[in-house]
Amino acid sequence: MVQPTPGLGGEGAALPARDGPALRVSGLTKRFGDRAAFEDVSFEVARGEVFGFLGPNGAGKTTTVRTLGTLIAPTSGSAEVAGLLLSPQNGEAIRRRISVMPENPGLYARLTVRENLELFASLYGLRSPGERIAMALDAVRLAERSDDRCGRLSKGLRQRVGLARALLNDPEVIFLDEPTSGLDPVAAREVHDLINGWRQRGVTVFLTTHRLEEAERLCDRVAILNTRLRSVGSPKDLRASLFGGSLVVETATPLPDPRAVFAGVAAVREWTDGGHGAYVLSVADPRQAAPQVARAVVAAGADLVSLAESQHSLEDVYLQLIDDDGSAPQ
Amino acid sequence: MSGPDLGRLLAMTRKEAREFRRTPFILGAMVVLPLVFIVEPLIDIFRLGSSTPASAVQKVVGVTFLLMLIVPAVLPSTIAAYSVIGERDQGTLEPLLTTPVRRSELLLGKALAAMIPSVLVSYVIFGVVLLAAHLFAANQTVVATLSNGPEILAEVLFAPLLSGWSIAVGTGISARASDVRIAQQLGTLASLPPLAVTALVSFQVLTPSVPVAVGFGLGFLVIDIAMWRVVAAMFDRERLITGARALAARGGGGGGTPPGTVRRIQMVQGGDHE
Repeated sequence: MVQPTPGLGGEGAALPARDGPALRVSGLTKRFGDRAAFEDVSFEVARGEVFGFLGPNGAGKTTTVRTLGTLIAPTSGSAEVAGLLLSPQNGEAIRRRISVMPENPGLYARLTVRENLELFASLYGLRSPGERIAMALDAVRLAERSDDRCGRLSKGLRQRVGLARALLNDPEVIFLDEPTSGLDPVAAREVHDLINGWRQRGVTVFLTTHRLEEAERLCDRVAILNTRLRSVGSPKDLRASLFGGSLVVETATPLPDPRAVFAGVAAVREWTDGGHGAYVLSVADPRQAAPQVARAVVAAGADLVSLAESQHSLEDVYLQLIDDDGSAPQ
Repeated sequence: MSGPDLGRLLAMTRKEAREFRRTPFILGAMVVLPLVFIVEPLIDIFRLGSSTPASAVQKVVGVTFLLMLIVPAVLPSTIAAYSVIGERDQGTLEPLLTTPVRRSELLLGKALAAMIPSVLVSYVIFGVVLLAAHLFAANQTVVATLSNGPEILAEVLFAPLLSGWSIAVGTGISARASDVRIAQQLGTLASLPPLAVTALVSFQVLTPSVPVAVGFGLGFLVIDIAMWRVVAAMFDRERLITGARALAARGGGGGGTPPGTVRRIQMVQGGDHE
């Protein structure tokens, strides 16, 4: 397990509170010529929130991160990052308050882990670089590999060096672009632990990922982007708003006349036959509908094998939203 | 707007120097070029007899001075041409630009790292040639001409100024190029024109004198400063980053769920109520 370290994702050193959200984005648009990378994007991210940013390839996620990270100027709209208005004048001040870890951690292969971190510590103007570097290395469990050249590290280890680098300046907002891409489950789990440590300390994490189960596990809220923002909310709220409630009924043998059985239950709005005695019922309130359904099935003379509320994953939400969007980029 | 932060500038220089030391191509160039540029002029100098005509002596001296200035003119351009596009190719530019480092600190830090070794190597070559000529050359005219004040002043002044031009041009090309090799080839070519000017002095088309050396030195300085302003303006974060993204896309990176391959609804039976 990666150890949360005080001052670098541990629980001991909370960040000083600032007013306002960590990120406030309003009508932000970025165009490259005629092509919109993202368009009219608006959302807020509270301080200390782990915010997932999801979307298909080409949806504009990385461009959004680059824009909020002051690397790219928006075409229109406005944003505040770590309490500062996104503007060329504030670029340097914003970069002091944030960290960005791109999908490719971008390490100098010929330099050692420590030398890579020394460079960035100097660029951030840290007062006690040695101490900060040691803490960052401890946080990602890389102290023993600090004298290894980065070009000789595995992808997982390089990713951890990138995370250590992101911790150096004790950022208020960390942008992570696909931080677990290409990592094995154990390494990915270590990254998750680190992100949870940051959450406990009040660091805001802006996480772009393709791993929906990762977003579901880590994120307080997620935004789904497909050039335009399709939805923002907690995974639970998104599921509820898109799919409502549904029940899955399984009988020992197929019902002779399921239409008659389910038509008699007022709580059932519609149903589909899944085959082999399985039926999916759309209901407003699964808890209220379940007893009625059970009674109706038993009254019809069927042997009820199981009756359960169906669980839609965040993946279902994602796929539904992206599929609904006729302008999905290829 | 305050000036460059010295700590960040030197951090960039230190990083570059560390990378150079571990890059065989650059190390090799730093070792092989001095050997070539020491041996070749020394052979010419030692072949001069004591009664060689003055015109032949002057020709050898001219070639020697020109060779001395090729190192600071050509070597840093190769390094500089790699400086930006190399960072972009290995994916290090984006993390670098997300730090508070300023454009001027980044560019000057890189320039210093390329200039210092090139100029030092040039001075060492000149020193070795001068010393060897003093100790072993049969022709005393060549020794006297090589030790002439204006020539030495020109050498001392022109080396860093040629290097400055070369680095500025190389960096500018690197900031706009899409291929490392093309950038290096163009950088080398673009570093050569100022040598034509120094050749006028080396071959005494313009008689070497302190005013001539200083005058040309000032001229180079003005051109260097102007060139650096142009290069700084060419270093555009957005252009560099979006260019990097295009390169990554060509590399076939990225995974995840492609749009259009939609699986409708995955029902998970059982489980807890939320």
